[in-house]
Amino acid sequence: MTGALVAYRWELRKLVAQKRTYIGLGAAALLPVVFVTVMALQKGGPYDAPLGHNLRRTGLALALVVLNFVSRFGAQLAAALVAGDIVASEHTGKTLKMILTRSLRRGQILTGKTLASFTYVVATILVLGAAGLIAGSAAWGFNPLTNLSGVRVSALHTLWLSVVALGVFALPLIAVAAFAIFLSTWTRNSAAAIVGTLVYALSMEAIAGLVHHPWAQRYLLSDQFDGWHGLFMSPIDWSLIARAAWVSAIFAAVPLALAYGIFKSRDVADD
Amino acid sequence: MLSDRPVEARGLVKRYGAITAVDKVDLTVEPGDVYGFLGPNGAGKTTTLRILLGLIRPDDGEARLFGRDPQHELPEALEGVAGFVETPYFYPYLSGRKNLQLLAAFDLDGGSARIDQLLQLVDLTARADDRVGGYSQGMRQRLGVASSLVRNPRLLLLDEPTNGLDPGGMRDMRTLVSRLSGEGITVLLSSHLLAEVEELCNRVAIVRTGRIVYEGMLADLRASAGTSRYRLRTTDAQVAGLTLLEHSAARDVSLDGDELTFSAGEDEVAAISRALVAAGLGITALVPEQQSLESFFFELTEGEPAEAAA
Repeated sequence: MTGALVAYRWELRKLVAQKRTYIGLGAAALLPVVFVTVMALQKGGPYDAPLGHNLRRTGLALALVVLNFVSRFGAQLAAALVAGDIVASEHTGKTLKMILTRSLRRGQILTGKTLASFTYVVATILVLGAAGLIAGSAAWGFNPLTNLSGVRVSALHTLWLSVVALGVFALPLIAVAAFAIFLSTWTRNSAAAIVGTLVYALSMEAIAGLVHHPWAQRYLLSDQFDGWHGLFMSPIDWSLIARAAWVSAIFAAVPLALAYGIFKSRDVADD
Repeated sequence: MLSDRPVEARGLVKRYGAITAVDKVDLTVEPGDVYGFLGPNGAGKTTTLRILLGLIRPDDGEARLFGRDPQHELPEALEGVAGFVETPYFYPYLSGRKNLQLLAAFDLDGGSARIDQLLQLVDLTARADDRVGGYSQGMRQRLGVASSLVRNPRLLLLDEPTNGLDPGGMRDMRTLVSRLSGEGITVLLSSHLLAEVEELCNRVAIVRTGRIVYEGMLADLRASAGTSRYRLRTTDAQVAGLTLLEHSAARDVSLDGDELTFSAGEDEVAAISRALVAAGLGITALVPEQQSLESFFFELTEGEPAEAAA
């Protein structure tokens, strides 16, 4: 495990040194600010979105409402930008042969890359949450929130639930990142991996929208982005959260297993 | 059964579709060798080095580094082994020093304490904290050598280490390789430059279209490049020609104006010269025709396919 941690630490340092890392993080920080600015410049708003009825009443609602919007496309794009590049860039930059001739095993190196990608996903969501809390509270105050069941929840309890909600939201996004890592490993092409991941995520959305069957509604990855809604019901619907966890785990495990198989056995030649 | 020599390979084969990039390659590098792996571009040198470093798998044959199999015993088989294939590449957004720190960490911190010393060795101290993206080709090559030495290797595998360097850079790189060899590091160096191999190496394998056409001591290769062909001038070229044709030791006799050329062993030439004198001829010149190592190299790598020698 030491080798994987070494790889993980250096992957994080590499991410910090790259501009592309800040595209997703910057967007995550800016989005709530843009959202609240637009709200300030007009009278209406997305009040019909889950928890949208709390907008203008409490700043705690801002990050949660923004989560609903980014779950359709933006979050996947941010995840794909880094995870889709993390293996492919080693191939196109021809650095893979440098690191594969050192003392770490291939599996340890890919584990480091996987953990770094997941860390980036979590960091992006945390930045979005923090920016939403600051911008929302500045604009609308730190007030109690009315949950999806119509029950009023104190501000502090809402803050705690919001942190957990961000964590639950991260689960399907990690699964998307896992798919991006697989494509990055398989195609060895960053652009193909990023675009392919977006097509994959949008396909899930499309299937969920087109197929009117409970199976498609519940067990596709796209539906798990709403798993955190269970936290804002009275009583809390843990089944939604549990389903988000295990469905996301399956959607992450399969592409990661494929990526490991490819990465461990593939010839490293310039082609 | 392969031994625990620094490098030992037997019957390596690597195919890419219909192309056989490496064709039954045998290599033996002894401790202390500076071993030249010489051949034109595309001859299969880099592919062979990739197999040795465990980056690609051969279709047939086996290789050992200090007795360990780089196909099945990674990363252990690379303990004490370092090097690079083709141009060394680094992360352009990290500094030279950070790149070395990363690689030292990937060696589980084997050489992080030596990084400053290595940067000094390859004359990169002044630019150590600049991003590698701004480095020249020569600086990257030197950083490549430093990255190899971070592992404190007993065996260095260097693929065309002077590729892309200006004459000064080539001189510095060769000096560095000589110095490392002098410190006891075994070196396997691929090159398409005969002069480089002549200058640096004691043993050589010449590879052509994936096959070894010569393997042995460089001194033996030089001896092989010497020839048993002689140029002869006498007072009568016609009579001399007839005399040579009658003499069983003289072979491949040809006449070009006043000059004859023929092949014979060194011991046989004395007898031939006596026969010429006995025929009443005066010898004005009898000179061995020295084939250069370069023309011998071209003959091996560009002529008709030849069987492995030595």
